[in-house]
Amino acid sequence: MTLVTDPRGPARRAPGGGRPGGGAGHGAWFLVLPALIPILVLSVGPLLYGILLAFTDAQSGRTEPTRWIGTLNFQDLLHDTLFWESFRIGLVWAAGVTVPQFLLALGLALLLNQNLRLRWLARALAIIPWAMPEVVVGIMWRLVYNADAGILNETLRDLGLGNGHDWLSGLATALPAVIVVGVWAGMPQTTVALLAGLQNTPRELHEAAAVDGAGAWRRFRTVTWPALRPVALAITALNLIWNFNSFALVYVLTSGGPGGRTRLPMLFAYEEAFRYGQFGYAAAMGCVMVALISVLLAVFLAGRLRGGDEA
Amino acid sequence: MRTSTAARAGQYVALLAYLVFLAFPFLWLISTAFKPPRELGSLHPTWIPEHPTLDNFRQAFDEQPLLHAALNSLLAAVGAAVIAVLIATPTAYVMARYRGRFAKAATGWVVVSQAFPFVLLIIPLFLVLKNLRLINSVPGLVMVYVVWSLPFALWMLAGYVRAVPAELEEAAAVDGAGRLRILVSVTAPLLAPGIVATALFAFVTAWNEFFFALVLLKTPEKQTLPVILTHFIGAEGVADLGPLAAAAFLATLPSLLVFALIQRRITGGMLAGAVKS
Repeated sequence: MTLVTDPRGPARRAPGGGRPGGGAGHGAWFLVLPALIPILVLSVGPLLYGILLAFTDAQSGRTEPTRWIGTLNFQDLLHDTLFWESFRIGLVWAAGVTVPQFLLALGLALLLNQNLRLRWLARALAIIPWAMPEVVVGIMWRLVYNADAGILNETLRDLGLGNGHDWLSGLATALPAVIVVGVWAGMPQTTVALLAGLQNTPRELHEAAAVDGAGAWRRFRTVTWPALRPVALAITALNLIWNFNSFALVYVLTSGGPGGRTRLPMLFAYEEAFRYGQFGYAAAMGCVMVALISVLLAVFLAGRLRGGDEA
Repeated sequence: MRTSTAARAGQYVALLAYLVFLAFPFLWLISTAFKPPRELGSLHPTWIPEHPTLDNFRQAFDEQPLLHAALNSLLAAVGAAVIAVLIATPTAYVMARYRGRFAKAATGWVVVSQAFPFVLLIIPLFLVLKNLRLINSVPGLVMVYVVWSLPFALWMLAGYVRAVPAELEEAAAVDGAGRLRILVSVTAPLLAPGIVATALFAFVTAWNEFFFALVLLKTPEKQTLPVILTHFIGAEGVADLGPLAAAAFLATLPSLLVFALIQRRITGGMLAGAVKS
């Protein structure tokens, strides 16, 4: 009967009940096994294997046995300027997408939280970027950015703002252009999360502040933001990770070009592993990416959380 | 609390700007899909095709094995969704009803798994699947998709389980129902809508997935739609725009339809998963 026991409830134990707050009984293990095995075999296992690979000279299609080479991959990586350039681009991309994404999503969530007409339409349209395959998002924006037949250049020409650019192959415009696509693609999820957070803010408090004569900005600062903060923090941290690890969008839009200007670390590692067959070296890149992103994220979250305590 | 007319007007202007930003790329995709070659080559493209045509769709099916790719995508997505939900539901139940070490570990794994860069996962998976001769096979891809969609499935399902009052199960237990009986006749019916929503979400995620499919599927007859779509773009980055747009539009329709059905439940599920009593 352990399964029907809610350890939280006082004196609510079913016959033969489990230990309060304790672990799962035999029955529970039986229930967990079908998920646990694939997770261990196809997720935890490969992850550990991947970390081990980073210390070998594993290559694709080689006949000689793979050898341990210690930290040689990491030493090489340290001097690989192309990788660090790619890492820098990855950070610019991740921050460049996450920050506008958050601000735009916050604006939209605040609007949707108002009693406006056309709210339903915005909700319906927000499904599009969310549900669309990333490859299609990439293809679609290629059509928008197309130098001759694209709507962006046509609109610019109509407005008399010059003859337009080849956005995705210009050295200066490629990264900003793909960042706009990243913002577009991720905005709905962030909006939905923030909207949910907004709907949890105490309405009475808001009204009381309004009666006391607090302006819109003041009300936002003192009532809305403190309630929204945990959700905002969580979604921003997740967005940062997701964006840093993104692949398909940029693969379709520019394949990392022109001249590596949009070569995100994932694209770099993908090419290293599956174009050049350098499995060990690519695995080392993966390890470095996880480690550095974890550190950055820890710093970000620690800073934010401390700020929250003071407020 | 009254909002002034000026502020209201400002809000509508802002909302309109959002609507335009969200909608215009998709409208442009549809417009391109129905344009004849002459209009696609025009230096002054129009929003509404002057001579709308279905030729692009026909050409798209001629150029690439779209139907076969759609079938592969369907197999991969349905397989992944069904298996993921089947194995995730019991675990999610345990996660939601026990607060022991296991539930903590499971929640921790759900969170940590979001931070994996896929590249660290795909190289070993590629090597393992290669040894099992499951490279370039849809079943191999299904296995990867199942594990990949498990964190989110667990998260959502655990939320839905928490929404089923434990008191109901206890009442049934007091009435003498066995554990299996309770799960089947009390919990499962209440959980069904959540299970369906989770399965559909896993379906869309797998249908849309690109990276694993790109690495694991080598020949066109095994490849899924997103991979086949990239074949429309030539080596030089030059693409036949009309058929490309037509194929991309068709590949999106299933995702949009399914997502429209479940959007509200997904939103609710994410929240429910986040609520830890």
